[in-house]
Amino acid sequence: MASGETEMEVEATSVRQIFRHLQERFPNIKSHMVDDIAVAIDGTVFQDAWLEKVTENSEVYLLPRIGGG
Amino acid sequence: MDNSMDVGYSADDKELKFVGKRTNRPDGVDKVTGRARFGADARLPGMLYGKILRSPHAHARIISIDTSKAEALSGVKAVVTRDDFEDRDSEFVPAGEMMVNYRDMVRNIMAREKVLYDGHAVAAVAATSVTIAKQALKLIDVQYEVLPHVIDVVEAMAPGAPLLHDDLFTDGVEPKPTKPSNVAKRLEFNMGDIASGFAEADEILEKTFDTKPVHQGYIEPHSCLASFSENGSAELWCSTQGQYLVRAHCSKLVGMEISKLRVTPSEIGGGFGGKTVVFIEPIALALSKKTYRPIKITMTRDEVFRSSGPTSGGNVRVKVGITKDGKIMACEAELKYQAGAFQGSSVQPGCMCAFAPYDVANVNVIGWDVLSNRPKVAAYRAPGAPISEYAVECVIDELAERIGMDPVDFRLKNAAKEGTQTAYGPKFGPVGFVEVLEATKALDHYKIPLGPNQGRGIGSGFWFNIGGETCVNLNVNEDGTLTLITGSPDIGGSRASMCNMAAEELGIDVGLINPIIADTSVLGFNFLSAGSRTTFACGLATIEAARNAIENMRKRVAQLWDIPLDAVVWEDGAARPASSNAGEFEPMTLPEIAKIAPKTGGPIAGHAEINAQGAGPGFGTHMVDVEVDKETGHVKVLRYTVIQDAGKAIHPSFVEGQYQGGAVQCIGWALNEEYVYGEDGRLQNSGFLDYRIPLASDLPMIDTKIVEVPNPNHPYGVRGVGETPIIPGLAAMSNAISNALGLRMSELPMSPPKVLKAIKEASV
Repeated sequence: MASGETEMEVEATSVRQIFRHLQERFPNIKSHMVDDIAVAIDGTVFQDAWLEKVTENSEVYLLPRIGGG
Repeated sequence: MDNSMDVGYSADDKELKFVGKRTNRPDGVDKVTGRARFGADARLPGMLYGKILRSPHAHARIISIDTSKAEALSGVKAVVTRDDFEDRDSEFVPAGEMMVNYRDMVRNIMAREKVLYDGHAVAAVAATSVTIAKQALKLIDVQYEVLPHVIDVVEAMAPGAPLLHDDLFTDGVEPKPTKPSNVAKRLEFNMGDIASGFAEADEILEKTFDTKPVHQGYIEPHSCLASFSENGSAELWCSTQGQYLVRAHCSKLVGMEISKLRVTPSEIGGGFGGKTVVFIEPIALALSKKTYRPIKITMTRDEVFRSSGPTSGGNVRVKVGITKDGKIMACEAELKYQAGAFQGSSVQPGCMCAFAPYDVANVNVIGWDVLSNRPKVAAYRAPGAPISEYAVECVIDELAERIGMDPVDFRLKNAAKEGTQTAYGPKFGPVGFVEVLEATKALDHYKIPLGPNQGRGIGSGFWFNIGGETCVNLNVNEDGTLTLITGSPDIGGSRASMCNMAAEELGIDVGLINPIIADTSVLGFNFLSAGSRTTFACGLATIEAARNAIENMRKRVAQLWDIPLDAVVWEDGAARPASSNAGEFEPMTLPEIAKIAPKTGGPIAGHAEINAQGAGPGFGTHMVDVEVDKETGHVKVLRYTVIQDAGKAIHPSFVEGQYQGGAVQCIGWALNEEYVYGEDGRLQNSGFLDYRIPLASDLPMIDTKIVEVPNPNHPYGVRGVGETPIIPGLAAMSNAISNALGLRMSELPMSPPKVLKAIKEASV
């Protein structure tokens, strides 16, 4: 999906902007990013995070959405 | 965050009056007197009874279904089959907050081309009595071509295994397979350099573990009442963990707009994840759509076992390398999870949780989602995590024993803490695993001497916890009482917890707040009561709604006093001047403000519509003492203590209840529970006499220790406590039995025949 890349730097001020950068770089990633990916920003997990702000040194991880019983 | 509000509150900042207190349960009286209405209590005039014809085969092609004789039977009003449910494309689409493949769901609700498991629904009838409905089922003629079946997960993965779906190609492997298989998906999580990690290890242990599918064991069966109107709208009453997801699924499956379907959740007699999906509800709606009569369907216990969703069984290989002084250097695992007849096991969270309790630099976890001729699995508390963490915790315990290290000290040395990098991505924020382990060591239980044939076991576990979409209304009534309206079914005492938080915010007595669980027409979307989210997410929304109501009351008073809003503060249930500079005014209490509301602008309420984020991860440890009868293989549980970080226990009694319930389910899963299939692929123990969950007489008092390391993303520090308690106990039980016997078991359940077999094999 991301051509084997697991880590990269992008310039962005929100998660939505990060997604846009990645969608442009990896077109196949789109449907997953829109609906099925959670985001961790500096250790806090956001299940839905398009509008969350990121700062210059934010560490952002993409991870599967979590469900539960 | 979407739920932006004052966060980072420390529970020590002020004296709390209701948060953390054991207030009365608002729904308690009705539940102990029998007045509370559960799923099967729903009735309507003119109601018909629905019954479902189910497959007697584990795997068969449906040649034909002839319902003519059933339809001709006096008293039968409607029959539905696969032809009454529109087919759907095979794609995962959003439904509420979930991704759902409706092509699979419509086939699970009602078989189409094939039946895929014993108990798969084939047809349903609506009749004027249950007796007539049962007679009608016998008149439905289904012609099958019986096909070979496969039950075991490893056998289902083997080349040449009977194929459930000829259009299923394994996702996540390169190159993409050209042949279909029963393997739906491969997942992999990597961190560090696994080979280097093992190269630096002094001790390496690799073992494979098996667990069997188990049912959530809720006492209340699935039950619903559907009523379709000629105007195209419908009402549905059912026992569910999420009325909004029921609405989403049913409207899609029945073909109606979401706004036309109103779903009311009943009280719930247990769910544990198993009532997060739909089985009978779309069928009842379809029958009602044909008859315009209310249709009631209640599953029998046999149907609950054969046709709802148990959790996966799994085959898990674990390899861990450590230094001689007890530092974990590398962890590797391969998980094979049963999904049942359609893809979507809980292997993904199983992979993510497997090694999450530990600070390890080198991790590799591979997961496989595997189909077999069993019911499609559903969630069961912390879905996936108990299976993988059971295997890991058994290996951890054995490694600690090998190097002569105390099992708690071993875990402490390697425990995840703030800043620990997880294999699934993020670093942990503040977490309480170290505090949990330290509390474990300090317990008297840990120091009690053991006798002959007795053993003590330790196990630990991790679960993420989640937030999600939540709406709350808080209405200020004209007499000064309040009605708190939430959309989260109360599956574990959430009414009381919400009232505690609302009362704390408002500064009023908790008894003045009456909590209501709303139907889908009252509030905006609410996600399930699942994922250990309700106290966290619904709590955030409740707090926000209370603060909103307070602000609205301050505004009214500011206008009355003719002073600025910020000159009015809210303290101890009353509006007061912020200082002497604001003017001389007598405080106005909430009832006084409510009484004159018509004169100051009309009704007063508080609202919150949020998507709660920032749930705090949960860690727990279980400690259990057992005694094994070497002649019978019977395991007696002597003592059991659950130690877990709650963040903040809003209502300690309900937190303890979650801990105790999880421990009891661990004991059942570890000792006796399993789906037993015959050679014909049919389930042989679809009742509580043969599927043995623990009884009170099997159990000691389950002791608890609540640890509180606050989640900084909740005003009172709440994490979520519903799921972590079912994770550590499987390994704790296994390790205790191993210590009692001086041998290591690697299979669940550890029922008497299996314990005897292990003893016999060890003595050879």
